[in-house]
Amino acid sequence: MNLQFLIQLLVNGLVVGTLYGVVAMSFVLIYKATQVVNFAQGELLLIGAWVCWALLTKYQVPFWIGMPLTLVFMFAFGIAIQIVILRPMIGEPIISVIMVTIGLSTVFQAALKWIFGVNPQPFPRVFTSQSLNFWGLQIQTVYVMSLVVSVAMMVGMAWFFRVSKYGLAMRATAFNQQVAQSLGISVKNVFAMAWAISATVSAVAGVVVAVVNGVSSGLSDYGIKVFPAAILGGLDSIGGAVLGGIIIGLLENFAQYIDSEYLHWGNLYEIAPFYVLIIVLMIKPYGLFGTKDIERV
Amino acid sequence: MAGPSLIPAGDFRTSYAADTTIFPTRTSRNAAIAGIVLVCFAPQLLGEYSLSILIQIGIFAIAALGLNILVGFTGQISIGHAAFFLFGAFTSAYLSNTLPIPVFFAIPLAGVVTALVGLIFGVPAARLKGLYLVIATLAAQYILLDFFSRADWFSGGSVPASANPFSIFGYTLRGDRQYFYVVLAYLLVSYLLVTNLMRTRDGRALVAIRDHYLSAEIMGINLTKYRTLSFGLAAFFAGISGALYAHYQLVVSNEGFGIERSIIFLAMVIIGGTGSIMGTLMGTAFVVLLPESMEWISAGLKGSAIDKALSLNNNITFLREIAIGLIIIGFLMFEPDGLAHRWRQIKTYWKLYPFSH
Repeated sequence: MNLQFLIQLLVNGLVVGTLYGVVAMSFVLIYKATQVVNFAQGELLLIGAWVCWALLTKYQVPFWIGMPLTLVFMFAFGIAIQIVILRPMIGEPIISVIMVTIGLSTVFQAALKWIFGVNPQPFPRVFTSQSLNFWGLQIQTVYVMSLVVSVAMMVGMAWFFRVSKYGLAMRATAFNQQVAQSLGISVKNVFAMAWAISATVSAVAGVVVAVVNGVSSGLSDYGIKVFPAAILGGLDSIGGAVLGGIIIGLLENFAQYIDSEYLHWGNLYEIAPFYVLIIVLMIKPYGLFGTKDIERV
Repeated sequence: MAGPSLIPAGDFRTSYAADTTIFPTRTSRNAAIAGIVLVCFAPQLLGEYSLSILIQIGIFAIAALGLNILVGFTGQISIGHAAFFLFGAFTSAYLSNTLPIPVFFAIPLAGVVTALVGLIFGVPAARLKGLYLVIATLAAQYILLDFFSRADWFSGGSVPASANPFSIFGYTLRGDRQYFYVVLAYLLVSYLLVTNLMRTRDGRALVAIRDHYLSAEIMGINLTKYRTLSFGLAAFFAGISGALYAHYQLVVSNEGFGIERSIIFLAMVIIGGTGSIMGTLMGTAFVVLLPESMEWISAGLKGSAIDKALSLNNNITFLREIAIGLIIIGFLMFEPDGLAHRWRQIKTYWKLYPFSH
C-alpha cells in the first residue's frame, strides 16, 4: 500500500475531475436549454485552446489580452454554430441532431489538424511554475490555478442561473419552451446564448488544460469523458454534472492506482469510466440527480 | 425493392400479396436480375483497383445494412458499430486459425458469435432510448476496443492477427477476382434476408417501434424483445461483414476501427436514407467512393494554383475527413431522406418526362 502515491493520484483526480465537471456543466447547459446532445463539446475545448495558443505564440499577444480575446471569439463562435447549423435542425428527430453534432466534431477535428498540424504544442508559460508543499505533498501551482479557475466558473455559473435575468430566462426555457415564449422570452436568443456560454466555458477549461499539458488533439477526449460524468450526475442537472465530473476524475485515478499497484492490466485508467457508465445506465438510467422522464399517454 | 412508404397516387394494390412484393413491377425485377448478372462479369472486365473498390463497397454495405436495421427500422442509434465489425473480423480469424473448420463456415459462425455479443450489449440498451442508448453504445465501442487490445489470445493484442484465405472443403480461393464472388453472394443473401424480414410480422413490429413505440407497446409488441433483437441483428450483419473483411485483407488489426469508423457507418446509412434497403447500398457506394474521388481530384489538380494554395498532397487526409463531416451535415440539413429519396424523385421526373411539374 503506497499511501503517498494514492493521495497524489487522488489530488490529481480531484483537479482533473473538477475540469471534467466544468466541461460536463457546459455540456448539460446546452442539453438542458436546447435538447441537443453536443458531441462536439471536446472540440469546443480544443478550438478554445488552439485559438489562445495561436494568439499567444503566433501574434505574441500578452496573456491578459489573449485570454479575453479567445473568450470573445468563442462566444461569437458558439452563437454562429447555433444559428448556422443547429437552428435549422429544430424539430428534426433526435437522431439527426445527434448526427449533426457528430459531423461537426469530425469537421472541427480535421480542420484543426489541418490548420495547426498534428503535433502537440507546448503552451507558453503563463505562471511561474513551482510546486507548493502541502503536508509533504507536491502540488504544482498550475494545478492549484486550475482548481481555482474551475471552482470560480462553477460559482459564476450558479450565480448566473440564480440571480441574473438571462439565467432566469434560460431556466424558464429549459422548463417549458412554449410557456417561456408566451411570457416574452426570446427562445431563439436563449438557444444562441446557451451555445455561446457553453463554448466560452469550454474554452476556459481548454486553456486551463493546455496550460497544464500543452495543446494537442487529445484534448477533445474531454468531450468523450463528459458522457460518463453527465450520465452519472443526470443529464439535465448542472449540479449533478459537476459532481459526476469530480467522481469520474477521482475514479479514473483510483483505477490507475489499483491497476499499477495490484492488477497490472494497463489502460484501466481510460476504460474504467465506461464500465461505470454501463453500470449506471443499468441501475439508475436517469443518473443521481436527473429528472425521471415519465411518459403519460 | 421499393420502400413501403411514398407510393405514388393512383398506384393501388388490391391484395396483401401485391402489397408485400419485393419488386413493385415486373420491369424492376428484371432490371434487378439483369443488374446482378452484369455485376457477375465485373471481375473479367474491371482492373484490380476498381475491383478492390467494388469489394469494399460490398463488404461495408453488409455492415451498413445491419446498422440500418437498428437506425432506420427500429429507430435506435448506435455509435459502436465498428467495434462489432471488428469483433466479427477477429472471431472469424480466431475460429479459422484455431479450429479445423474451413473459412466458409467460420464467417457465418463469426456472425452468430457477434450477434450474441450484440445481444449482451443489447439487453441494457433495450431499456434505453435515444440519447442514453447512444451513450451506451459509445461505451460498448470503447470497452470492446479495449478488450481487443488486451486479449492477446483472441486478437493478438498489439500484433495484428492473421486470417486464412477463404477456403471451402480444401479448395482455397485466391485473389480479388475469386473473392469478389464470395462478397457478392453474401451481399445478395443479406439484402434478400433483410428485405424479406421487412415483409414479415417481426419486421413490421420493428417499424412500429420506430414510428411510435408507445402505440406499438399498446398494440402488444414486446418492446424489450424487439429492441434487443434488432441490436442482435445489427451485430450479426456487422460480424459477417467484419469476417468477410478479415479474410479479404488476411490481417486484422485494431487500427482504424475507432469511433471514426462507427461514424462512417452511420454516415453510410444517413446518406443512403434511413430505412431504405437499396439506399444503404447507394450510401455505402457514395461514402466509399468519396475519398477515392477526392484522391482523383487532387491528382488531377496537381501543380495547379489550388494545389499550391491548399497543399493538397500533405493535407488530403484532413480534407477527406472534413468532406465526410460536411457531407453528413449537409445531407441531414438539406436531404434528410438520403439518396434513396433523391433516386425516387429522379425516377418520377423521367416517368412524366416532358410534362413533369
